[in-house]
Amino acid sequence: MIELESLSAHFGNAAALRDANLQIRRGDRLGIVGESGSGKTMLALCLMGMAPDSAHLTGRLSIDGRDMATATERDWRQMRSRRVAMVFQEPMAALNPLRRVGDTVMEPMLLHENLSRAEARARALSLFEEVGILNPEQRLRQFPHEMSGGQRQRVLIALALACNPALLIADEPTTALDANVALRITDLLQRLARERDMALVFISHDLAAVARATQEIVVMYGGDMVERGPTAEVLATPQHPYTKGLLGARPDPAEAGRDANGKRRRLPTIPGSVPPLHGLPQGCRFAGRCPVELAHCADQRPVFTPTEPGRGAACHLLSETGHD
Amino acid sequence: MAYFLFRRTLGFVLTLLAVSVVVFAVMNVLPGDPALTILGMDASDDALAALREQLGLNEPLATRYFSWVWNALQGDFGLSHSFRVPVSELIAERLPMTISLAIAGMLVTLVLALSLGITAAAQHRRGGDWGVMFLSQLGIAVPAFWLSILLVMLFAVKLRWLPPGGFAGWSDPVAALRSLILPTVALALVQSAVLARVTRSSALEVMRQDFVRTARASGLSQRRVLWRHVLPNALVPIVTIVGMQFAALVTGTIVIENVFYLPGLGRLIFQSIANRDLPTVQALVMLFAAIVVTANFVVDLLYVVIDPRLKART
Repeated sequence: MIELESLSAHFGNAAALRDANLQIRRGDRLGIVGESGSGKTMLALCLMGMAPDSAHLTGRLSIDGRDMATATERDWRQMRSRRVAMVFQEPMAALNPLRRVGDTVMEPMLLHENLSRAEARARALSLFEEVGILNPEQRLRQFPHEMSGGQRQRVLIALALACNPALLIADEPTTALDANVALRITDLLQRLARERDMALVFISHDLAAVARATQEIVVMYGGDMVERGPTAEVLATPQHPYTKGLLGARPDPAEAGRDANGKRRRLPTIPGSVPPLHGLPQGCRFAGRCPVELAHCADQRPVFTPTEPGRGAACHLLSETGHD
Repeated sequence: MAYFLFRRTLGFVLTLLAVSVVVFAVMNVLPGDPALTILGMDASDDALAALREQLGLNEPLATRYFSWVWNALQGDFGLSHSFRVPVSELIAERLPMTISLAIAGMLVTLVLALSLGITAAAQHRRGGDWGVMFLSQLGIAVPAFWLSILLVMLFAVKLRWLPPGGFAGWSDPVAALRSLILPTVALALVQSAVLARVTRSSALEVMRQDFVRTARASGLSQRRVLWRHVLPNALVPIVTIVGMQFAALVTGTIVIENVFYLPGLGRLIFQSIANRDLPTVQALVMLFAAIVVTANFVVDLLYVVIDPRLKART
């Protein structure tokens, strides 16, 4: 349904996304994880045809067999909302403050599907019920400032579902929310994808949320897809040093931050931070921060090495030890 | 909301009261003897004294102020010294001219400024943006009276498309509209230059906000995003400026009506000042002030209409 083949996005000489390969089919639930600046939002924007004008795209991006990498804004408008839809990070700011939320949710239906106002209203009502908004009749008439963050995120999900998209992209949908609200939104997205047989791309740096919502996972760093595979397996036995670092940097509530002797323990972190785009090494993007770096890592780009069917990572250690 | 309305209405009344005191005081300390103006230089001292008595000029200032306000409240602004008819009649005769000029000017300003401003914002840092910014800079730099003269020279004298000035009344609507075109354009161009810039920067501010991306992600056309989502959110600063501009337009008619020879309030106030026609000048200044204060009052109300969040706070 949606296929990316070595899709790259360059700003001048700097690559925000390098050779992304991806296949998304109906019903897939795919998690994309990585730190800020890893290219995951760039990837999502590419799938919406909303990469910034200054980004130069190369490679192939096809939706329903149509090549969209070079498509015009007009072509993309036909895709958005009807084939691909997106929920953004910041529910407090993502709704037009001067419009009743009902009007916002009905707008794409009226425009794309020529529904009458009454039909659109009926569908908005049932969408509100589907995404778990209580008193939907009354909520339709409210303004965003009259709602909480969790409710607004539900409204945004209803808006994304307005024209029955085949793929829903959720870019950090829970980052701005309270922990328990975040959990419910995660479960909602997962349930919607299953019930509607819709593909879900769930972008997050919250590994627990990704584990809950998705079947497959792609780990990104510095614009590269460094590891991928079934979510449970990747999280249980990470193969790329970056994924290992990412998993190590999670607070473990069971240990409550203390080691075996009951001493306070520092949360392990990945040393350093993601360098700016133009400062990334040309070889493996993780070189320089990698604990097991080899001499040629910074200059030579590791190829993606499958380790099992549907699983693999792009790391020199893997290609040299097991698969030479 | 009720408290907000009450506060605004009170402010409205108090402002007008303050304006009336200032207008009256200024007019009465200005040099120039109305009696002398009316009777001419050759008038005898006796006649002047009699006329001063008749006009009530010998009463204390405070008494004269209160009787002026009291009569004005009943629509009686006294007798014009130079025209020898009630001031209210003079105003009633000329008000439609000025109001239609100001409203036409405002409409043209809004249409021009909003479309240019939104276009510039949509084409940020590209051709259309540069073009609009250049034109608006030019528009701001050019004085209205000079622009009027240029317009007359081009469209009336050289091309002979439109009349150079004058107004024959609404009995012939086509001719009336034709004679309003040049003054309206002259009045509106400068104002639209200012407003286009405000619209552009306000729209650019709004376009950075997340909900614009949401609208685009819903598959809305750029035109729809701009006019239905960006513009309404950009309106608060725009409306503020429009309120100030409406005041500027009304007072701008003083210059324009004189250049184009239009029988409106702007021309009347000019003549009355030249003639030391105190009652007329007082009434007109008061009227202009009232229009300005009303425009600001309306703007305050519009904020609440535009932004539902303000309703909760006021």
